[in-house]
Amino acid sequence: MTAKKIIVVSAGLSTPSSTRQLADRLAADAVSVLAEHGTQVEVQTFELRELAHDITNHLLLGFAPPKLETALDAIASADGLIAVTPIFTTSYAGLFKSFVDVIDPQALTDLPVLLGATGGTPRHSLAIDYAMRPLFTYLHAIPVTTGVFAATGDWGGAEGDGVRSLPDRIYRGAKEFAELVERTDRSQLVNDPFQLDRPMGHLIGGLAGE
Amino acid sequence: MQFGIFTVSDITQDPTTGRTPTEAERIKATVAIAKHAEEVGLDVFALGEHHNPPFWSSSPTTTLAYIAGQTTTLQLSTATTLITTNDPVKIAEDYAMLQHVSDGRADLMLGRGNTGPVYPWFGKDIRQGLPLAVENYELLHRLWREDVVDWSGKFRTPLQGFTSTPRPLDGVPPFVWHGSIRTPEVAEQAAFYGDGFFANHIFWPASHTQRMIALYRQRFEHHGHGTAAQAIVGLGGQVFMRRNSQDAVRDFRPYFDNAPVYGHGPSLEEFTQQTPLTVGSPQEVIDKTLGFRDYVGDYQRQLFLIDHAGLPLQTVLEQLDLLGEVVAVLREEFEKGRPAEVPDAPTHAALVRAKYGTEAPRQATPNANRGDNLTVGSPYQDTATVDAPANPAGSAFGPAAIRQGATR
Repeated sequence: MTAKKIIVVSAGLSTPSSTRQLADRLAADAVSVLAEHGTQVEVQTFELRELAHDITNHLLLGFAPPKLETALDAIASADGLIAVTPIFTTSYAGLFKSFVDVIDPQALTDLPVLLGATGGTPRHSLAIDYAMRPLFTYLHAIPVTTGVFAATGDWGGAEGDGVRSLPDRIYRGAKEFAELVERTDRSQLVNDPFQLDRPMGHLIGGLAGE
Repeated sequence: MQFGIFTVSDITQDPTTGRTPTEAERIKATVAIAKHAEEVGLDVFALGEHHNPPFWSSSPTTTLAYIAGQTTTLQLSTATTLITTNDPVKIAEDYAMLQHVSDGRADLMLGRGNTGPVYPWFGKDIRQGLPLAVENYELLHRLWREDVVDWSGKFRTPLQGFTSTPRPLDGVPPFVWHGSIRTPEVAEQAAFYGDGFFANHIFWPASHTQRMIALYRQRFEHHGHGTAAQAIVGLGGQVFMRRNSQDAVRDFRPYFDNAPVYGHGPSLEEFTQQTPLTVGSPQEVIDKTLGFRDYVGDYQRQLFLIDHAGLPLQTVLEQLDLLGEVVAVLREEFEKGRPAEVPDAPTHAALVRAKYGTEAPRQATPNANRGDNLTVGSPYQDTATVDAPANPAGSAFGPAAIRQGATR
């Protein structure tokens, strides 16, 4: 059996960043859940910080420089995406949105997504549900119901906000995500933007189809 | 193989002087550029179409007709003519006119345009861009090939017994290229009709161009117009030259850095690496251009963009001088190893030969005293009169009423 392909995207701006740390933990739990089920996984992680100039150039020009193209191609043919961003000024980071803006609008269709976000205080935790989730449902991706928000305080006491600890929430999200990843065969499908979907007979109508 | 230049007709501030030319200056400069293109031995001048500032070329056939009157060998084309928002009837008329006044030196390249508001300005819906291109071209194609057209479609008012005048020169419609950057359906459209396909090629990586041309060639063969190698391919290119490579980079950099399309984005070095843009010596341009053949095969038309981003007229004329030298070498080099089956670029003379062989081509002469196309027979003396029953049942009257569908 071929390994499932999981892509991790982290929009943290500092190095090291708590955003990347959350992303890595989400990925690690997803991999271990899949491993328990005997499913092999390949994980590839992209730090948007390293692609920031390429993303801007893509916005200005309409095509991806080689390094960015590698990331976009990887996402287009992934079995799952773990997307994690810091919350800035009530929403996902601008760099994160710019990256999503250069993804082909069809490229995320049916893609299982695990959403994560970081912020200074838990007061921003709903940003996952009012900002990130609509973005991905608009693109016909499938974000799992649990999104994981890590406030600065979550990295301290194991009890976190006193209801569910960060590791609990990470595990819950990763488990939901892993179950979808297991069922999809996205990475086996050919996704070719230059493929001709409608030959001329269909385009013109009235002519015999081919 | 044909070589030439294409312009988008932008009026851009010269970043080195801060001066922006007037519309009048830039229009006259473009005519001077076209004339000089012929003088240095280029074959083609192609002009864009825009309907908003800072561009001036809203009426390409007017400009091209004037240039035709000022030149003798230059092939006049467009880059591109908007098949989505222009009325195909008017395109049929305008470009047949251009064919006549230029003695067959006219062809055109169809595109969907890149400025969203042009659609609503001309009463169209941008979401229908592709269906508009398909339907409009199907009508345009018929108007040039059938003297009397009955037609109805989704996007324009129906036609009953309409004749597009003048009939194409010598009964041979202008050659049509279809341009697109990454819409496979447009490559398919070009292949379906056996028309040419032009890849813009200048602001995008070569890999896009390679994929689109490969698809077009494959579909050209599929639709029975010849082998894949016989498909008619054109490419864009973008160059800036000085005798010394370093001078070219130094002189072009301020224009690059502030250019409307790619300015303030990637560096000149990144962009030349990722796209066909060549900034350097004539030899570097020769080498890079010859390399295009490696990924699209032997092709028919190479157009260069040399006059945008605020480059002053004098600089553009100097570029043309160098381009003339470059093209002389490219002609020889592209001939080497070119398979015999690869056709030359289509010209009016070649199309007439292909259609009529040694016979005299059609000279359309209208019948006298005709205010319409419906009353009797054909509107033209030489066209076989349709054998029309006096009053076909359930119809209006005349040939328009009894025509049996389209011929292609």
